[in-house]
Amino acid sequence: MSKETIIQLRDLSKRYIMGTEEFYALEGIDLDIHLNDYMAIVGSSGSGKSTLMNLLGCLDNASRGEYKLKGTDIASLDETHLANIRNQEIGFIFQNFNLLPRSSALQNVMQPLIYRGIPLKERKQRAERALTTVGLQDRMLHLPNQLSGGQRQRVAIARALVTDPAILLADEPTGNLDSATTVEIMALFDQLHHQGQTLIVVTHEQDIADHCHRVITLKDGHLVSDKSNKSLRKKSAQDSANV
Amino acid sequence: MSNLKFKLTEGVRSAAHSIFAHGFRSFLTTLGIIIGVASVIAVVSVVQGFSANITQQFDGMGTNVINIDSYTPRKERLQGVRAKLTYDDYLEIKHKVPGVSHVTPTVRMWGSNAIITYQGESSSSMIVGTASTYQKLNTVYPADGRFFNRSDDNSRRRVAVLGPSVISKIDIKGDPIGQHIGVSGEWFKIIGVAEKRGKLFGFDQDDFILLPFSTTRALLGGAEEPNITISLQVDESSQLEQVKQHIKNLLRRSHKLGKDAADDFEIATADQMLDTFDAIVGSTTLVLGGIVGISLLVGGIGIMNIMLVSVTERTREIGIQKALGATRFDILLQFLIEAVFLCLLGGLIGLLLGFGAGSLISNLTGLPSATVPGWAIFLSFGFSAGIGLIFGIIPAAKAANLDPIDALRYE
Ligand SMILES: Nc1ncnc2c1ncn2[C@@H]1O[C@H](COP(=O)(O)OP(=O)(O)OP(=O)(O)O)[C@@H](O)[C@H]1O
Ligand SMILES: [Mg+2]
Repeated sequence: MSKETIIQLRDLSKRYIMGTEEFYALEGIDLDIHLNDYMAIVGSSGSGKSTLMNLLGCLDNASRGEYKLKGTDIASLDETHLANIRNQEIGFIFQNFNLLPRSSALQNVMQPLIYRGIPLKERKQRAERALTTVGLQDRMLHLPNQLSGGQRQRVAIARALVTDPAILLADEPTGNLDSATTVEIMALFDQLHHQGQTLIVVTHEQDIADHCHRVITLKDGHLVSDKSNKSLRKKSAQDSANV
Repeated sequence: MSNLKFKLTEGVRSAAHSIFAHGFRSFLTTLGIIIGVASVIAVVSVVQGFSANITQQFDGMGTNVINIDSYTPRKERLQGVRAKLTYDDYLEIKHKVPGVSHVTPTVRMWGSNAIITYQGESSSSMIVGTASTYQKLNTVYPADGRFFNRSDDNSRRRVAVLGPSVISKIDIKGDPIGQHIGVSGEWFKIIGVAEKRGKLFGFDQDDFILLPFSTTRALLGGAEEPNITISLQVDESSQLEQVKQHIKNLLRRSHKLGKDAADDFEIATADQMLDTFDAIVGSTTLVLGGIVGISLLVGGIGIMNIMLVSVTERTREIGIQKALGATRFDILLQFLIEAVFLCLLGGLIGLLLGFGAGSLISNLTGLPSATVPGWAIFLSFGFSAGIGLIFGIIPAAKAANLDPIDALRYE
């Protein structure tokens, strides 16, 4: 492999204890993710996809195993360092949007830039640019409850992109969208991929998984397949030209 | 350092956003602080205005003035015994005590003697017989006409100096100077009208008539010597204690008091009165301070309570902020600033309300106008900010210590 490895998982496990019962939502995951990977995580409901994403996004702690991000062992970091990683390395698009309810679309997109110490004026410019990229230039001052589901999803995407993260994590980014919007969003992801972005997308939908160049499958917390599709990679250039 | 400044600025921005987004709740949250600060400012402004006025009046009296009054202990008073200062006491002091000037006797007319008449109108007033030196000690200046002089006194002239309120009270028409009024059945010529001094605690300080001492004494006549008070000025302030001691010895001797007998007179200085007054104001302020402290404490607990609820309510928001990269410190600062901001806002509203209430009270009761001293403003803001800090820290710490994934999952 000539590509740089940015994420390295070894025996990564997440265990929940409910009363007297132990339950592994994830167990023994070994996985390397490389720069500019365009990876889909598929699997049935409850197979541990969101659990894996939360671990990758440094929102949750593993019960066992190792997670190295750009060579750094995440378990060794304190809360402040983790916050900085969440802010600078990771763009997270949540399954349920997770927008700040009392803040406008623009303020939502500006929010992560506050924690990066970027002054108001520049924050605003960058957020406006990100919202324009997702086609929401005329909805910037709307509150989340004044936006449609698809528009909220796009605000969430703009918010994840605005910090230029090393890795974009998207948990069911098209789960709430109609097929036309889904195509739009996937075109955006394809474009990001071409610009060198590393993307990890959780999905139920086969045609979205088909877009990605690598597909891993989870089943009951275990990694059961990891397919890399070389022919798809070549094809994708033509696809994005057609869309 | 510039990083902290940035975080503070952002904290204030987000606090303002959050406070105004929940306007009514913010108002209720800070109501305790508003009431606490408003009440202290209202009371302090009234008390301060009042005490400034009193101090001014004492200043007019001069600090070297001594007042001597007869004094009967309560027990003896119940037995019908009445201590008395007489004209002879006055003469004794005047001639035998060195280092004093303007020794002034004062006698008051009471009851039927205090009735005044003018062209069929009759009324009563505070009627005081005194010497010409009275005006030096009490800084009563004529606004019109003149004060009586030594010769008026010596020749027992029937002349009077009126307080300005008397004019309207008995409805004197035209220029009062040169007209006559009846006092205790005798006619007196008005020779002067004093400057207006205004009301104090609803008590009209301009309702008096001054007559020459010897005229008054003759008028009272009779078998019994009237009880008088004696005022004087000590020339050198350093001699004040010596002079007091001298007078005390003199009066004890002339009153033939035995070794163990208590004084049947009181010697007071303006300074002493001022000290007493200051002590009263001081302890009043202290008690008020205590009450306010308690009310602010209650306000603070209210703030903490509502902030705790608000942290719970905003758990998911806090989770989102953490997911976007907010550190513990960011969240801690955000909630602390919100609490302090809220308290300061309450302090400001309280200050305005309190001053308004104070002015209203002053206007309605005829007290001197309310003033809010700088220290009270400083203190209310300091206290409000302190309350915000102290009672904001627990909710803020609770918010900061939330685990991101738990907070995001919170329903
Ligand atoms: N906090 C928790 N406590 C106990 N069990 C949990 C907890 N969170 C998740 N689980 C369990 O872990 C398993 C994996 O959940 P996860 O959310 O990762 O599924 P998923 O693959 O994302 O499913 P979906 O496609 O429906 O979103 C589930 O069986 C779930 O019940
Ligand atoms: Mg999920």
